[in-house]
Amino acid sequence: MTSQEHDARPAVSVDTGLELSGLEKWAKAVYSFIYKALVVAEMEARKVRRDPIELIMRSAGPVFWLLVFGQVLNRARVIPTGELSYLDYMTPGILAQGMLFTAIFYGIATIWERDLGILHKFLASPVPRSALVAGKALSAGVRAIPQALAIGMLGMALGVHINPNPLALLAALLVIVLSSALFATFSLIIACIVKRGERLVGINQVIIMPLFFASNAIYPISIMPAWLKVLSHVNPLTYTVDALRAMMVEGGHSQFGIGWDILILASITVLFNLIASRLYQRILT
Amino acid sequence: MTTILQTDQLGRNFGDFRAVDDLNIGVETGEVFGLLGPNGAGKSTTIKMLTTLLSPSNGTAAIAGYDIKRQPAMVRRVVGYVPQILSADGNMTGYENLLIFAKLYDVPRRELKTRLTEALEFMGLGEAAHKIVRNYSGGMIRRLEIAQSMLHRPRLLFLDEPTVGLDPVARKAVWGHIQELRTKFGMTILLTTHYMEEADVLCNRIAIMHRGRVVACDTPAALKTSIESEKGEVVNLDDVFAYYTGDKFAENGSSTYRDIARTRRTARRLG
Repeated sequence: MTSQEHDARPAVSVDTGLELSGLEKWAKAVYSFIYKALVVAEMEARKVRRDPIELIMRSAGPVFWLLVFGQVLNRARVIPTGELSYLDYMTPGILAQGMLFTAIFYGIATIWERDLGILHKFLASPVPRSALVAGKALSAGVRAIPQALAIGMLGMALGVHINPNPLALLAALLVIVLSSALFATFSLIIACIVKRGERLVGINQVIIMPLFFASNAIYPISIMPAWLKVLSHVNPLTYTVDALRAMMVEGGHSQFGIGWDILILASITVLFNLIASRLYQRILT
Repeated sequence: MTTILQTDQLGRNFGDFRAVDDLNIGVETGEVFGLLGPNGAGKSTTIKMLTTLLSPSNGTAAIAGYDIKRQPAMVRRVVGYVPQILSADGNMTGYENLLIFAKLYDVPRRELKTRLTEALEFMGLGEAAHKIVRNYSGGMIRRLEIAQSMLHRPRLLFLDEPTVGLDPVARKAVWGHIQELRTKFGMTILLTTHYMEEADVLCNRIAIMHRGRVVACDTPAALKTSIESEKGEVVNLDDVFAYYTGDKFAENGSSTYRDIARTRRTARRLG
């Protein structure tokens, strides 16, 4: 048609990629994917910065678990936690819980953005759907970081033996971000299917308790009945807590191996991303 | 004149409801084309298909030579879109809103600053650039959204009811900017509107949609003349609209509760 006449116009620097070799093209696509996802997350970071009250509110729930539940069970000594004190044992679990409760509702933000119209504009842009989904997943991670820091600091104040190795703590933070991405993407999938905030909340009410209690967050899997053990092993939260416990608590160790934990979390996140990218557009209709 | 947009038997069903029925329209490069029609006539559905947000049930369309079904990624590069509903993020500054989109659209880094400043100045938002959008007036938000959609120099810009909910002064300001987009940047614009005065002022040509079909398509003047010669009296565009779409206040079952809630919400937030 008429496109040739206008292609000379200094528009967006669209590289058609015709002169590039296969490898360069691939590298470029990967770079572009990561860049776009980071831009979407940057947007979240800019908003979070202006919203300290929400961050404080989000930390409040987990804090009460540590302060009330943790203090009581720490005295009762009814849960076998090996060499760790119960408070040491549960802190990574509560950290994971705080992350889970925030990320699992993340799909609602996308439903709001749909209702406002922001989402339409994103989807009409040339950014690949999977990069948008990855960006949203990272955004949930952005929100999880300050929350994790708050819980960690409170834990220290309560006498939890936090690992003094800064690299291990940084790794723990990365596990939080990764897990946040996993559950936020899961939430996005549900949002794309149910399309309404109330329904998403309803479904979350049903799944959030099994996700939390059928895991090693506040008691070891070894004391569970057989059927619950199976459930715990397919629950991604178990691998989050397992890695966090080894990384952030002095004397904590991993049951499955940290590498294995991260591999499982990363694989599920990628799988969820593929599903969510395919469904993303459905949320509009 | 060359054609930048051509639809070919474009259609979309929602269940049993035929929202858009074998649409054939062509938009010439450089014109402002208006899509008019009562609620539920299929205007927004048409725009959603053309911006690749909704897949057609049948038929297709070409934009700047790219097929919306087979080359959606290319289509997204050459079009800009301002949705009917509010689309600027209220929790960021105007500048940040533009910055994010410029990055997403691959505006070259060395041009980033000039492109943003230019868009802000052009839309008269230079002074408000670093204020949080939540505190903008309705007219400012609309202008920001248009600024956002012009950053990547789209060849074809879709404006879905650009002045809904604005007061007359803000509306006139937006009109001025739309006209300048065309004269200064040579952009082709396809807009939908409910306001006949707006169509009369802005559009080179208009298509009137009714129940998913185009029932008339011509320049505003030619449309008026044809009705005038039929009725034997002087008419305005409102009369033309009423002539083609029946009583425009008639109950129309195709505008859903959700649509109305959205329009009202947009109107409230912008007003």
